[in-house]
Amino acid sequence: MSTGDKAPLLSARGISKSFAGVEVLRDVDLDLYPGEIHALLGENGAGKSTFAKIIAGVHRPTKGTLILGGQPVEVTSPIVAQKLGITLIHQEPISFPDLSVAENLVLGRQDGGPLGRVRWAEITREANRLMDLLGVRIDVTKPMRGLSIADQQMVEIARALASDSRLIIMDEPTAPLTPKEVATLFAIARRLRDEGRTIIFISHRLEEVRALCSHVTIFRDGNKVATETIDRMDDAEIIRQMIGRPLKEYRHKRTTELGDVALKVTGFTRPGTFRDISFSVRKGEIVGLGGLVGAGRTEVARAIFGIDKPSAGTVEINGKPVSINAPTDAIALGLAFVPEDRAAAGIFRTLSVEHNITAAVPGKIAPSGIISRLIERTLSSESVKKLRIRLASLRQPIGELSGGNQQKAILARWLLTDPSILILDEPTRGIDIGVKAEFYDMIGELAAQGRAILLISSELPELLALCDRVLVMSEGTLTADLPRATATQETIMTAAVPRRTEGAAA
Amino acid sequence: MSAVLNFLIRRREAGIFVMIVLFCLFVGVQKPQFLTLDSLRIVLLLTPLIMIGAMGQMMVIVARHVDLSIGSILGLSAMVSGMMFRYMPDMPWFLCFPLSIGTGMLLGFVNGLLITTFRLPAIIVTLGTLNLYRGLTFIISNAKQIDRQYVPSILKSMSQPSPTLAVPLIIFLSFAIAVATYWFLMHTRIGRQIFALGSNPVAAPLRGINVTQVTLLVFTLSGALSGLAGIMYASRWGFVNPSNTGAGFEFQVIAAVVIGGVSINGGVGTVLGTVLGVLLLGCVGAALPLLGIPGTTQNAIYGSVILVALLIDRLVRAQGNRGVTQRAGASS
Amino acid sequence: MTDTTATPREAAAVRPLWHVVLVRPETMTFVLLILGIFIGSQISPYFLDVAYILKSFTLYAEFGMVALVLTMVIIAGEIDLSPAANMALSAAIFAFAQANGVPMPLAILIGLGAGVLMGVFNAFMVIALQIPSIIVTIGTLTAYRGLAQVLAGDQSIRVPEWYIGIDKVMVLGIPLPVVIFIILSIVLGLVLGLTVFGRQIYLIGTNEVSARYAGVRAKRIKAALFILMGFMSAVAGLMTASRLGSVRYDLGLGGELQMVLMAMLGGTYIFGGRGTILGTFLAAWLLVIVSTGMIVANWLPATQLCVLGVLLIVSIIATNFIYSRTQR
Repeated sequence: MSTGDKAPLLSARGISKSFAGVEVLRDVDLDLYPGEIHALLGENGAGKSTFAKIIAGVHRPTKGTLILGGQPVEVTSPIVAQKLGITLIHQEPISFPDLSVAENLVLGRQDGGPLGRVRWAEITREANRLMDLLGVRIDVTKPMRGLSIADQQMVEIARALASDSRLIIMDEPTAPLTPKEVATLFAIARRLRDEGRTIIFISHRLEEVRALCSHVTIFRDGNKVATETIDRMDDAEIIRQMIGRPLKEYRHKRTTELGDVALKVTGFTRPGTFRDISFSVRKGEIVGLGGLVGAGRTEVARAIFGIDKPSAGTVEINGKPVSINAPTDAIALGLAFVPEDRAAAGIFRTLSVEHNITAAVPGKIAPSGIISRLIERTLSSESVKKLRIRLASLRQPIGELSGGNQQKAILARWLLTDPSILILDEPTRGIDIGVKAEFYDMIGELAAQGRAILLISSELPELLALCDRVLVMSEGTLTADLPRATATQETIMTAAVPRRTEGAAA
Repeated sequence: MSAVLNFLIRRREAGIFVMIVLFCLFVGVQKPQFLTLDSLRIVLLLTPLIMIGAMGQMMVIVARHVDLSIGSILGLSAMVSGMMFRYMPDMPWFLCFPLSIGTGMLLGFVNGLLITTFRLPAIIVTLGTLNLYRGLTFIISNAKQIDRQYVPSILKSMSQPSPTLAVPLIIFLSFAIAVATYWFLMHTRIGRQIFALGSNPVAAPLRGINVTQVTLLVFTLSGALSGLAGIMYASRWGFVNPSNTGAGFEFQVIAAVVIGGVSINGGVGTVLGTVLGVLLLGCVGAALPLLGIPGTTQNAIYGSVILVALLIDRLVRAQGNRGVTQRAGASS
Repeated sequence: MTDTTATPREAAAVRPLWHVVLVRPETMTFVLLILGIFIGSQISPYFLDVAYILKSFTLYAEFGMVALVLTMVIIAGEIDLSPAANMALSAAIFAFAQANGVPMPLAILIGLGAGVLMGVFNAFMVIALQIPSIIVTIGTLTAYRGLAQVLAGDQSIRVPEWYIGIDKVMVLGIPLPVVIFIILSIVLGLVLGLTVFGRQIYLIGTNEVSARYAGVRAKRIKAALFILMGFMSAVAGLMTASRLGSVRYDLGLGGELQMVLMAMLGGTYIFGGRGTILGTFLAAWLLVIVSTGMIVANWLPATQLCVLGVLLIVSIIATNFIYSRTQR
């Protein structure tokens, strides 16, 4: 199908963007036509989200122009974007939990002055009409608090419809959704497309892109590297364009024999998040834990580490049953946990790299209860050398480092505790490809030293590259335990995708 | 039984209403004269100041802030009018309204300006201005009280039952303010924006809410209402004292607001709940002398009321959070 | 997850050592202190009279002691507005007990115990029930002061003659309250600056979640701080009772302003994670100089109140500004 006979809805010309002097988007040209679903693909940090946010008015471009329906426009804020008919739907929708669904729908629409009347009856009627239009059942008078993420996204889409948006940008909308919810979302997206609206779809999942999109644009290192119709690119080609080189299989080579069972979890249950989780990890073994976002993987790790309390289940370390009530207990038993959300649960942003590295080993830096500056400096500078952390000074606040180096510092913090069991939760998320490879080497080396490693990851290639075994969780239960030989992208995904349970019929 | 309790905790207005009824019955059994129209008037007479202040404080708390300076604003605004009565007795008396309300607006605006311009926590700013405004009150008044003879009798008569009206005017006024606040918060766009801001301050600007404007507005309104409460003070008590007038007012008001179900986490609260909270405090205030409990217990009671309200708020939150997925916008 | 997280920043120029040492709020406090003494000495020769300054300091030593602990509470990311009310109630309970025949040593213990209990109650509300400390301590501020009023009524409760006059006791020519304040500053300064406990306070205040993940017992430490706060308030309350010779319910009324002001003037960051005991120590002296200066200059108490209010706001603005310039 050719789009040449239609005028583009939106044209981007020469869009560039710099943050703090660093160029993250370079000279991007793109035409978006009415009635197309256009995928933006690229690695983390490739620039696709920045580009989408520029269109949606969240960021202003450093250079370049946007032309909407033939007219150059200045999208100075999300509100202006909304008025121009452009809506961005966030992965985790922005909402006002204490306000009703109906009110969330109309909030921000600029009709009337500040003292303009709020016509509740009209608002409710309109909200119900939109919900009917989308075919979803949500009580619009209830507060937003308590809605599932999927329903919140539906409210966002309804908002786009309410303001009659011509361009709807969905930024990784499917990550937190169940397959059934994804299907509903796709059906609605197609309907919107058929009405002549344009949809930008940002996703990491090629199969979803293939199922939904007609066009694909690929970003790499801040550049647009390709725009094509989807049927003219196969997966290998797309991946090649994304990473700029043919996909090289990284494979961690096992050099040592596996030891005894280091960590054994039996019957772990926490109502509402996971149930009856049992598995074990041996010394020197890397066990992957795969599954969709929200499957309960992080929650299991948190419970093992003593952050949350499981309602049932036991943990054995080196064959001995232990009771872990707080992270302190876990650390004393030789556990370490690199959490998923580095900014929220890992770093101390304004404190020095040094203080960050030594945070978990008070006993080492203060043998007598008084902190020894000498020991602290020696330990942290050794770690910096060993992990090749790039920094200007140990006194530097860790917030000034790049994501990869921050993550290395967190890893360094845990290595100082000399853990026998490491739990790594999405350790390479948001990290440059080059540094990623370094991490893979480090993880392999840690296992080779005889440490047991539980690696939680949403990236299938990562699991396949590193793990001796891959456990898969789906909706709070363990659905597969795949040895290296049988683990493939397909087998992992099959186990990860929730199925309508057989028990439902009974 | 627990279902009933559950309902009363969730439907805060019903809960406070029941508390008021139970309290009145409890007092009435011991002192039957409590259940007469007369004591109703006493209750109502105790409430107008707190009611007016509570409407302002409610908006501030809904927007996820707190205003500790309202007592000092009340004092300073009342003193400004008092000075007019004293030194410019020829001026028309009703000028005290624009004068005090204007003073209150200005002081509240200064609070808001400091908070928005420098991104400071409201609690520290208003702790500072609480003292600053109190100091100013002493300075402009030369630490002298405005005595009864200076306050126009027409103003004082507003707090007295008139031949035509059995209920003093200021009670009507305070209820009118409550109704106006209800209208403003529930039926105007800007009123809803206050709720939205308190519910999710991160998301608010993304929905075109001018956070600075809304914050300035709530503090200015809180100041203006405290200014009005200042005149009501002069009307009710007939004097203005630089040190006593409005001292501790903030705690009474905060007690009324939080017991009325306005959440300290922002975004939640109703005018009806706040009005009932004020009435509950009024009932307690009226019952104490009857029960022979000395007036010195008042502050202890306000403090306990705040703490009890916080506990109830916590209970509600514990229940409300069940099954909630997450609070979006706060992360990422 | 934004694309900016991957932006390399390690190329950013490191601040030279002199910058790190000099451009910090405590330096501002110190400069202001020197400036205050200089200006003061121009107004009145009293300011160069060490004995006079020390004597003036006895009026603020109690608040200063509490402010030192408050500094630690604020660094841990919490706040406590109730200590002045706690001082009043502890002192009232102590005075009430001894006035009703309880032997003095026991009465003192009861007073201190009451302060600790008040700290425990704050800790319970904030840590076990997870209610924001701002609002909890507004509530307890009202309640504690109110209870003191219930207990003492409008009366002054006298304390025994021998108990009166802690500020007249001299140690090496320095009034005892000042000595206590200085020793406490050194002890707490060492605890906050050199021990694991102190380091963990900074960790909690910077990022409580990260701290918990790193094995810091955040709840325990914060509870300890609130309880220490209660204890120190009671000590301060009993010292005030000795200085004044009697206890009324309005003992230390409005003292939360002075305490918060000392912490803020000393460069404690209101949002937690930053600040030092040294800063608060210097700020306490600065406040004494400013207050004494205003008294010597014959300013009205009301004007002094205004100045303190303005000083509070200006000091947070200045502190925030300095931190925003030196750290991102």
